[in-house]
Order: sequence, then C-alpha cells, then structure tokens
Amino acid sequence: MRWLHRYTRLLAAASLLLITAGGLVTSTGSGLAVPDWPNTYGYFMFAFPLSGMVGGILYEHGHRLIASVVGLLTIGLAVWLSWIEPRRWVRRLGWIALVAVIVQGLLGGITVLYFLPAPISISHAGLAQLFFVLIVSLAIFTSAGWSDHYDHPAASAMAPHADLRLARLAVILPAVIYLQILAGATMRHTGGGLAIPDFPLVFGGIVPPEWTGAIAIHYAHRVGAVLTTVLVFVTVARVLRRHGARGELTRPSRLLGALVLIQVGLGGWTVLSERQVAINTAHVAVGALLLVTAVVLALRVHRGWFAEVMEDRHSVSPAPGREMRTTSESPA
Amino acid sequence: MRQRTLWTLVSLVAIVLAVGCSRRSDVPPVSIIPEGGGGGATGAGATGTSRITGTVMFEGDVPPAETIRMNSDPVCVMEATDTETEYYAVGDGGGLGNVFVHVTGDAIAGTYPTPSEPRLLDQQGCRYTPHVFGVQVGQTVTIRNSDPTLHNIHATPAVNAEFNTGQPIQGMTMDRTFDEVEVMVPFKCDVHGWMNAYVGVLPHPYFATTGSDGSFDISNLPPGDYVVEAWHEMLGTQTQSITIGDGATAELSFSFSAG
Repeated sequence: MRWLHRYTRLLAAASLLLITAGGLVTSTGSGLAVPDWPNTYGYFMFAFPLSGMVGGILYEHGHRLIASVVGLLTIGLAVWLSWIEPRRWVRRLGWIALVAVIVQGLLGGITVLYFLPAPISISHAGLAQLFFVLIVSLAIFTSAGWSDHYDHPAASAMAPHADLRLARLAVILPAVIYLQILAGATMRHTGGGLAIPDFPLVFGGIVPPEWTGAIAIHYAHRVGAVLTTVLVFVTVARVLRRHGARGELTRPSRLLGALVLIQVGLGGWTVLSERQVAINTAHVAVGALLLVTAVVLALRVHRGWFAEVMEDRHSVSPAPGREMRTTSESPA
Repeated sequence: MRQRTLWTLVSLVAIVLAVGCSRRSDVPPVSIIPEGGGGGATGAGATGTSRITGTVMFEGDVPPAETIRMNSDPVCVMEATDTETEYYAVGDGGGLGNVFVHVTGDAIAGTYPTPSEPRLLDQQGCRYTPHVFGVQVGQTVTIRNSDPTLHNIHATPAVNAEFNTGQPIQGMTMDRTFDEVEVMVPFKCDVHGWMNAYVGVLPHPYFATTGSDGSFDISNLPPGDYVVEAWHEMLGTQTQSITIGDGATAELSFSFSAG
C-alpha cells in the first residue's frame, strides 16, 4: 500500500504538471499550433521528431505528451487499485479517474478539431481540475495517515466533523474555489482576461461603468476572488482556533492561507503585466493547488464521516482474487 | 446501479460532443459587406474605363516597429530577413502601405467571372507574403510553405468556413477558396504567433492594396456612384463617397493617424 500511495502522489504531481502545461498552451495562444488530432502533423504522437518541437508546437505537443503519460499512469492506478485495494469505493474511484482522463483526452481533441469552441475548452479546463482533485483524493485515501485516522479515535467527540461550522466550511470552500476556477476558465477561453485593464480598481472605481459579456465574467472572477479569500481565512481561523492541535488540519490550512494570497497577487499581476506568459500560467497552477489543498482539508475534516459511512463493513469487499483485508490492517 | 452509471457517462459524452460541434471564430473582421452590397445581383457585372486612384497617407508620429523575438524557432532566426513588426508600413513620403481599398456601388452589382489564376500566399522567412491582399469569391488562394520549418495556416473568418491546416514540409502547397464576401479574413500561424495576414474577399475585381508609397489604382470601373473604403489592420476603416463619370479618373486621398 505504501508504494501505491507513492505512485498516486507521483500521478498527482504529473497531473499538476499537465494542468500547468495546459495553462502554458492557453497563455501562449498555442492551442491550435498542432492542427490535427490525435496525430501531430501527420505523425503518430510519439514519433513526432524533436526537431519539430518549435514555437507553439512545443507547448501543444508537449501538453499532449504529458497527457499521454498521465493517461498511462491512470490506467496503472486503476488496475493497481482493483488488484490490491480492499475498499470497493476506492477501487471505483480509480476507474472513475480513468474514465475522466479518457473523456478529458477526447475533449482536448474535440477542442482542437473544432477550433477551440469556448464550451469545450472550458469543459476541458473544468474536468482537468476534477481529475486532479480525484487523484489527490486517492492519494489521501491510500495514505498511512488516513488509515490511522491521523492518530485520533474515529468516533471522538472532538472529531473535526463534529464541529458543524467547520464541517460546512470545509465542504463549501472547495466548491467555491471550483466555481471560481470555472469563472477564470470562462474568462480565459472567451478572451476576457484584460476586459478590465486595471487592478485592484475596476476602470478606476469599484464597479464597471459599462457592461459587456467579457467585463461581466471578468468582474465576476474578481468578486469571486474576494469571496474565496474571505472564505479561506474564515476556514483557516476556525481550524487554528478550534483544532490547533491537529497537524493534519493546520498544515493544509496554513498552506491555503498562503496560496490564496499568492493567487490574488498573481491574478492582479496577470492583468498588470498584460497576461505575461509565466505569470498567467502560474495563476492557473496555483489555482489548482488551492483547490486540491481545500479538498485535502475537507477530506481530513470529514475523516470521521468516512469512517462511519464509507468504510463500514458493507463497503469493504476483497479485490477480485484477493483475500479480505480491512483498511486498519493495511500497512500504508 | 452499474448500468445507471454507464448511461450517465454516455450521456455526458454525448452532450459534450453535441456542444463541441458548434464552431466559432476568434478574430472578428473589421467590416462585412452586407449581402447585395456588391455581389447579390444577377447578370454580368459591368466594366468600363473609369478609374479611381489615390494615396493613403499616415499623419503624425509613426508608432515604432518592434523587433520580433523569433528564438522559439531557430529556423526562423536563420531564415528571417525582416524581424520587425509590419503594422505600420509607412514610406519615406508618409504613404501608408498594406491598406486594403475597395469599392461598393450599384454600378458593380452584377456577377463577375472568377479569375482562373490563383493568388499566392507564401510563408517565407516566417512571415506571410503578402501581408494584405484581396481575392474574388471563389478565386483560389494557393498557400505555400517556403520555409524549412513547420507552419500551420489558420484562417479565422466570421462568415466563411474556418480552417486550420498544417504544412510541416518545405515546399508544400494547398489551395483554398472563400465562398462568401468578407472583408477581411485573418490568417495566423499558431506555431509562430507573430505571423498574420489578411485577405479581403469580394464579388468583383475592384480592389487594391496600397504599396509602401501609399498609392492605389482601381481601374476598368463603369461610371456610377461608389463608396470607397480603406481598411487598415490597426487603424480601422475610412470611407468616402464618390461619383465618377464615364472614362473619368477620380483621385482620392485618405489620411490615417495613430491618435
């Protein structure tokens, strides 16, 4: 199980790299630098010569190569989970991840063949984040800390999910961050990144003096950033004040606080630098990190709920061909 | 339960595919000639001996050209003979080049034969040559890759069909036509983000692109009332109305400025 966990962490890192590479593709406007799919300029993807990796092709073809590696790693994860993982719902999540990465590949192909239609490109961006969340969640579920209930009794009255306010905040926060990412993706794929050209003010004020679709989605993203930041700090404050002794909660909380500040800074810098490629791409990557960190916090807060609902004896069945084994027996 | 999950996934993919079938264009044209504004009428288009000549001038300080960094493709660095942006092709006398000038009017509302000669759009030195040009509806545009590197040719019209095709091998050519009137259809290379060109698609042969001296010459026009439009990629459009007699030559002057 320990190696499975390490493998899942590797896949999570590869997924972040893939999202970053996708951000580079859009930031450099290279989405159509390779006009065919699944081939690359008529070559089988892996046979495309390195000498051709120039200009926008480097970003687009590089993104496709990394995506292929992530796809292969996901097949490995699904098979590995189905082989040794005793929890049926975790095995299912592995297969769902595989379906997600396949659909993601198809969306990537469709968006190229149909010249980047915004709904498909936004779906591609949105599903990428969900896939990343899924893989990070699997890394959590296969971790030793998860198995050991982070060294706290599962049914403790002091369990974080018994703190109803934190329990709610922990669920709401990733949902809000995800909506904020979708707003950002919509802005990115509809060309609204500079619809409001100043920062932190909006056309020198607080509210745009006139409205277009691009200005509206850009403004929504900024309002979303304020709400997300407030929500992050309310959550972090709750964790540090009420559950300060729980390292498994305070660590992601502190990270959330740092990431949200970095993310707001990067957002403003993206506008002020007129979408400088490195900054614009970093904004995508940090957004993804923010989301999965919130998910990690949510899962750990609700560890007790998983113990009560998901990991009862009805949801644990032996992997095909393997003997029954409970999670507490797992060596992870 | 499994069946329900399967159907949910199938439905999701179907929705995604259905949504994906709509196409869009990223770059809107500067102007689109309304239907009937030049090519909707039946009958052979008239010709004549009238002529419109003139110059397009640039007034004021010319925005400085920027040096294009082509180091994302070493071949471009080696092949390029011109590495400056070509937004403002202003000659020594203040003439503005790469301005597309065309006319509209009832006198040229008929149908004109499509030229059999193709118009060449070359990719050379990681630039498009010419940068601005015109063709008639249905006239072949031959697109050639003269560079020893890969290019993709991505046309982003609003009215005509969008296309994006790769030319990975030096010397490759391909032919494309445009079925609808559209001023202008942008071309770009997504591999080399600095490469762009524009083509004006018209139903008649009465158009011209200014040279570096800003001059243009549109001949063989029948007499009549015309609107002459001058289009520039950065400076927008200007129009002038003119009445021209049989066999007469009218001289027009357009003036653009960056302010």
